[in-house]
Amino acid sequence: MEGSTSHDFKANATRELANADLRAALSGSDRTFVAGRARVVANLPEFDALRDAAKAIKDHTLANLDHYLEVWERRAREAGGHVHWAKDTAEARAIVLALCKRAGARAVNKGKSMIAEECGINEMLEANGIRPVETDLGEYIIQIRHETPSHIIAPAIHLTKAQVEKSFRETHTGLDPARDLTEPRALLTEAREILRKKYFEAEVGITGANFLVAETGSSIIVTNEGNGDLSQLLPRIHIVLASLEKVVPTLEDASTILRVLARSATGQEFSTYTTLSTGPRRADDLDGPEEYHVVVLDNGRAAMLGGEFHEMLRCIRCGACMNHCPVYQAVGGHAYGWVYPGPMGAVLTPALIGIEHAAPLPNASTFCGRCEQVCPMRIPLPGMMRKWREREFDKGLTPRPARQGLKLWAAFATRPRLYRFVTGLAMGALARLAGRKGRLRRLPLAGGWTRYREFPAPEGRTFQAMWAEKRGRP
Amino acid sequence: MSGPRVGLFVTCLVDLFRPTVGFAAVKLLEEAGCTAEVPQAQTCCGQPAWNTGDRKTTQAVAKGVIAAFEGYDYVVAPSGSCAGMLRVHYPELFVADESWKARAEALAAKSWELVGFLVDVLKLERVAADYAGIVTYHDSCSGLRELGVKAQPRALLAGIGGLHLRELADAEVCCGFGGTFCVKYPDISDRMVSNKTKSIVDTGADTLLAGDMGCLMNMAGKLQREGAAVRVRHVAEVLAGMADRPAIGEARDGGEGA
Amino acid sequence: MSAEVPDTAKSRAAILGAIRRGLGRDGAPTRAQREAPETRLATHPRNLQPARTAGADHGGLAHLFRHYAEAVQATVTEVADMASVPAAVADYLRRENLPARAVMAPDPALDAAPWAETGMLSIRRGKPTESDEVSVTSAFAGIAETGTLVMLSGKEHPSTLNFLPETHIVVLSADRVVGTYEDVWDRIRRKMGGAVPRLPRTVNLVTGPSRSGDIQQTLLLGAHGPRRLHIVLVG
Repeated sequence: MEGSTSHDFKANATRELANADLRAALSGSDRTFVAGRARVVANLPEFDALRDAAKAIKDHTLANLDHYLEVWERRAREAGGHVHWAKDTAEARAIVLALCKRAGARAVNKGKSMIAEECGINEMLEANGIRPVETDLGEYIIQIRHETPSHIIAPAIHLTKAQVEKSFRETHTGLDPARDLTEPRALLTEAREILRKKYFEAEVGITGANFLVAETGSSIIVTNEGNGDLSQLLPRIHIVLASLEKVVPTLEDASTILRVLARSATGQEFSTYTTLSTGPRRADDLDGPEEYHVVVLDNGRAAMLGGEFHEMLRCIRCGACMNHCPVYQAVGGHAYGWVYPGPMGAVLTPALIGIEHAAPLPNASTFCGRCEQVCPMRIPLPGMMRKWREREFDKGLTPRPARQGLKLWAAFATRPRLYRFVTGLAMGALARLAGRKGRLRRLPLAGGWTRYREFPAPEGRTFQAMWAEKRGRP
Repeated sequence: MSGPRVGLFVTCLVDLFRPTVGFAAVKLLEEAGCTAEVPQAQTCCGQPAWNTGDRKTTQAVAKGVIAAFEGYDYVVAPSGSCAGMLRVHYPELFVADESWKARAEALAAKSWELVGFLVDVLKLERVAADYAGIVTYHDSCSGLRELGVKAQPRALLAGIGGLHLRELADAEVCCGFGGTFCVKYPDISDRMVSNKTKSIVDTGADTLLAGDMGCLMNMAGKLQREGAAVRVRHVAEVLAGMADRPAIGEARDGGEGA
Repeated sequence: MSAEVPDTAKSRAAILGAIRRGLGRDGAPTRAQREAPETRLATHPRNLQPARTAGADHGGLAHLFRHYAEAVQATVTEVADMASVPAAVADYLRRENLPARAVMAPDPALDAAPWAETGMLSIRRGKPTESDEVSVTSAFAGIAETGTLVMLSGKEHPSTLNFLPETHIVVLSADRVVGTYEDVWDRIRRKMGGAVPRLPRTVNLVTGPSRSGDIQQTLLLGAHGPRRLHIVLVG
């Protein structure tokens, strides 16, 4: 799969584990996202009931997805909006490019959009001589560093303040080299001033969508910075990129999901800006875009309906799963090798790019279950990772050593008498090998363990052997 | 004895590595009025196959467990992970096979993690044990999130004379064991267990307790590699007053153990 | 000219077809299948709403609104009537060491205040430019549940006023504070009228001043939108 290194997860992870900056950058997550979520959840007694309600809304919507999409489309058009349908990312790119060209765009403002990442909109624009300007602070930082987002709501979470400062100095060359950028506030102010000028230059603004509301034909974005709003209000054309599962029936339904979204994502009661956009500016409006386009992207999602990964379509991209995932926190988002990292990525990526291109991802989990515990939409993420593992096993994608080890283990595990005999001998041998130390520093075939840990030796005889002796039962 | 007949699911790791935990479990069950029996036809709950995506092998292993244990009033395991397998995952295993599905569900309904069983089913409030020391407790993931084991061990530990519990900063965060995960992704697992051992050492506790041998061996092995002087034991050993043996991975003073 | 933009009718049909196959439908939903969604769209039933604002009277709602708005770094001044608003605004600007100059929404609701009488404020009506540092607008509603302001775009309220200047001052009449988001949707539906309400082009729900945590998870106010959000609660 072009542009993806998900198949190389293990090597990616080893590289990222050695990245001291990543480790420093991620070390604050517990204090911000995890503690923040815990605090706001404690402040809302109805939180778990709201999760149930939010799940029920999405279940109902997915069960009637064709109808709600058609109603949404009709109302969006009645409000003067244009709706374009893209089966895959190539179609989405072609639509966006055509709209930009028709507008004579030389620069495009972009609010944060994971669908734009999925479609490779920036690369496409650049290849066609159009300058994409990321306006979300985190997206701007990674854009000037030529990186991809490492988190779906905090794209630059893998970077330290010092790295940001270095990138600003390298990029903003027209400014006083002696300026003081030690405080985060100074970095923010510099980015704000630079982006401020660019807002007014772009002919097109591209945003994502957190929701499409069928009742009103609207799209909704949720942000904290206000960049998405300036990106869509100032240019002449507003293009929304939305995947098809973003639709909800009514404003009431959107409200329910909004109540769990920010709380789960950033630990805020509500994000700073929730913006509903319906069609282009009206005749007597003083500002706003003259054209409003929505590109509805499928790219493999419709094929998930009714199948084993149907429930993944409830995902609202809050990022709580990765904020709480010990594997993500250890390796960061880039190790996952494609647009969507963490537990939600481990389930979604194989569905969108093919399990053969993403085989390690569903295996990169201890099944600790914390992701499912915090998922506002109650998506059974570990269970779906296991379903991917079953598919891998059935397709022969499971690595050979694992298959062979499992076969050997199964030969014993299904034959209790043989098992008792062999394990009795083996544990005795291991205990003797360890001697009085009670542990082993090295152990053949267990290099993955003993590279980092001692191997605690068995006490000696097996429980079964001793029990048979003590209680005199065969 | 008139108490319930309990089949002890020893778990492979206790059977092979730490028989003391098995005897501790029997002692706790018997002192609480149960008849404890240990079917010989048990090996493993099947998680290695289940977590590798091999449903057929898992079914074969599970059928052996179901047949061996379905005659008991309860099935009790000194492990949240194995008890979770029996209680939560066995019913998912047999989607197309109604008769085995029914048997799996029946078994699931009476399968318990040891400490959860003592407190929630047998209503045990106190154990007759002492332990002089500062302990910290790691909540193993499956027990915590699949079975809701959190307050139960703390309730019983609170009644033990001489024992002080000092809570771990990230008690609910995975230690990085994850069954085959720790050998499939050793580098990631190491980072996770290193974070965990740092939290453990930061508590200043002299003893680490948990309810799952896999996690315990992982954390014990790391603590010992790091040279930390923290003893690691299964919570059942302390609850049963059997903490006089060498701790997990600890040097023994005389001969072969047990 | 528009011929360059691809016609996506074929993709539309393919996507809807794939959805229907996934849902196990032969074709477009039948009348029976449409019934539940149509009812939901027509009646837009409320789902569970948090109880935190339930049963509060006007004063209670205004109190909760202030509490939650201040919790997200908005500042709030309460005044008795519209006549006191210009002085409150001038006071605020002085306190914050800001220029006594503002661009104000051409909103008749703000006309009731004696702006000229203060004499200390220089006011321009209209939409903001890059150089405006302070904006003054009204709000369609306040939502007590999370201290959220609701602004509707229109000739009386250009949406850029909510984002461009570094300081945004909002004049909110206390009787416009409602409990929940759902309460606002009903008010908007009433205002816009029609069987299928057409929303204004832009509906902004604003909860505190702009912020970002993108630099090593340090919370900073004023990322792109206003760094200061000051609410003058009237009545």
